[in-house]
Amino acid sequence: MSGKPRDNERSPSPPADGRTIGNRERTPKFTTVSGYPIRQLYTQADLAQWDAERDLGLPGELPYTRGIHPAMYRSRLWTMRQFAGFGTAEDTNARFRYLLSQGQTGLSVAFDLPTLMGYDSDDPLAEGEVGKCGVAISSLADMEALFDSIPLADVTTSMTINSPAAAIWAMYLAVAEKQGADWKALSGTLQNDILKEYIAQKEYIYPPEPSMRLVTDTIEFGAEHTPKFNPISISGYHIREAGSTAIQELAFTLRDGIEYVEKCLERGLEVAEFAPRLSFFFNAHNDFFEEIAKYRAARRIWQRVMRERFGAKNPRSWTLRFHTQTAGCSLTAQQPYNNVARTAVQALAAVLGGTQSLHTNSLDEAWALPTEAAATIALRTQQIIGYESGVTNTADSFGGSYFVETLTNEIERGAEEYIAKIDALGGMVAAIERGYPQREIADAAYRYQVEVDAKDKIVVGVNDYLTEEKPIEILQIDPSAAARQSERLRRLRAERSNSQVERSLEGLRKAAAHIPVAAGQANGNLMPYLYEAAKAYATLGEMCGALRQVFGAYEEVAIT
Amino acid sequence: MPERKIRVLIAKPGLDGHDRGAKVIARALRDAGMEVIYTGLRQTPEMIASAAVQEDVDVIGLSILSGAHNTICPRLMELLRAKGMDDVTVVIGGIIPEADIAALKQAGIAEIFLPGTTTQAIVDFIRSRTAAPAQQG
Repeated sequence: MSGKPRDNERSPSPPADGRTIGNRERTPKFTTVSGYPIRQLYTQADLAQWDAERDLGLPGELPYTRGIHPAMYRSRLWTMRQFAGFGTAEDTNARFRYLLSQGQTGLSVAFDLPTLMGYDSDDPLAEGEVGKCGVAISSLADMEALFDSIPLADVTTSMTINSPAAAIWAMYLAVAEKQGADWKALSGTLQNDILKEYIAQKEYIYPPEPSMRLVTDTIEFGAEHTPKFNPISISGYHIREAGSTAIQELAFTLRDGIEYVEKCLERGLEVAEFAPRLSFFFNAHNDFFEEIAKYRAARRIWQRVMRERFGAKNPRSWTLRFHTQTAGCSLTAQQPYNNVARTAVQALAAVLGGTQSLHTNSLDEAWALPTEAAATIALRTQQIIGYESGVTNTADSFGGSYFVETLTNEIERGAEEYIAKIDALGGMVAAIERGYPQREIADAAYRYQVEVDAKDKIVVGVNDYLTEEKPIEILQIDPSAAARQSERLRRLRAERSNSQVERSLEGLRKAAAHIPVAAGQANGNLMPYLYEAAKAYATLGEMCGALRQVFGAYEEVAIT
Repeated sequence: MPERKIRVLIAKPGLDGHDRGAKVIARALRDAGMEVIYTGLRQTPEMIASAAVQEDVDVIGLSILSGAHNTICPRLMELLRAKGMDDVTVVIGGIIPEADIAALKQAGIAEIFLPGTTTQAIVDFIRSRTAAPAQQG
């Protein structure tokens, strides 16, 4: 153990909010992991303007602060959905079947970087990256292997894919059709959130305008053909991982949601046709109460946005449903077993914040993709919270807490201010083009690093409490994945009808060059064309390449 | 004559877009008085080597989190040698398994900074590697 003694050696912090500080405090300021100031005590005085009926309500009722279902986890636990993918489709299929056999209740596909960027596994740009950060999917043949012996009618599948989402979804729908599953029964989620790619994760292909068109196409197609599938998961997770504060995560995500709603309305869709299927995805970081308050504020803001800004009349359009993943960026390479404790605290916050589904990270993920053993502990962590901790016995257990209600109010207000600012900039696409959210996040990320370097924020095992340690065992990706993928693609191109592929790609290019102006217009929506191409075994690289020819590629102005 | 600042190229090779680390390091090195050029995303080893020559840098810092380091790093080092840039110090930051570190050093990578490294440690390392060479011009 190292480090200086910190207890009771500094002078007390100045009185906050006019209150007298009772005791000496061990540090001059107390802040959340986001740097948000926290006071010594919260009392009824903090809630002077707060109205329990108006601001809190009941679970399953407006303003949904307490959760979107009346009985919350007494009726059904959240979906335990562990994100997995590596190597080839066969490798990942085996991991999926293992996770399902261990009591996991939904699938979540991690794709490799070439797939996320719309390149086939045998593209020169894919060299060294095939199967590394996820599973390599280059065509319908790979998608068939990925879900071999997994009935898509009975399992819900989440797919973390954005720029090529429409093409990947077309492949998924083709597998479902081949399995004889009714599209109307399919349930799952396509991440499909391109705005946060420009803001944070940077896996974009096309410029914003055609990208937003593709997103709108999938939402429109889903509203008609897959009523139980979430065509988008509007994601704050990656914004937070890029270094944002909790308030920024919340604000930018909800403002992205507003942008998607506006695009769908421009397309001619009615709010009630698509809004109930919009889903969200948030991070669960280390700061327990800040996270709980963030989820509560998210629901309260979204119902107001839907009712007041968009005039939504159907209560199903008002409720913010969300997936949560514990914070990958909080995991430490040092003393990796400590990550089990971090993840448990974060997962508990997600549950107490009312999440609908949850991924818990594995202890070894600051080193590599998780081993089966590490992934099992992560799943067991959720099961322990769900079945042993007792926190599922009642809904919104922090409802009425002076601190949690105050923090919920303050985070809500902070997010509303950011949303107003982005409105004033002309919306999220305009704000992105000016680098506004990117700069806000980069500033926050740097502030945090400075605090950690200065030991103003202690990270156990990293800047304090250090020990000598031995490397842990990590997952090795079979280096033959790339060669196996290349061979499969070679065979595919030899065996399929290349004239049919070319015809389908030509149809796609023509439709893409035609700009849709209203719903139902001929050649408007690209989903049917992508579906035809997928069924003809056109590769992902061919489909995304065809669209690149029409739409061009996006280059960001890098902000440092 | 003002002392020449240490020139650093921060590069993000491969398809990965997670640039938090690259940006934080770029800012920290700049705050430490260095001249920092950030390449932006999705740079091939060829692009990085060309930028290094063009910008006449003393140091290249690669940010790699994707597991593609064993492909990218040896090729970059080869290209740098071919361009006569043997004296440039190349460091990596990111997610690198311990088992790969020896081979990367063998290929000529000067140091590998794993998650949890302080920015000061990186500043100090770069200063120690670039001490005094810039006086001859």
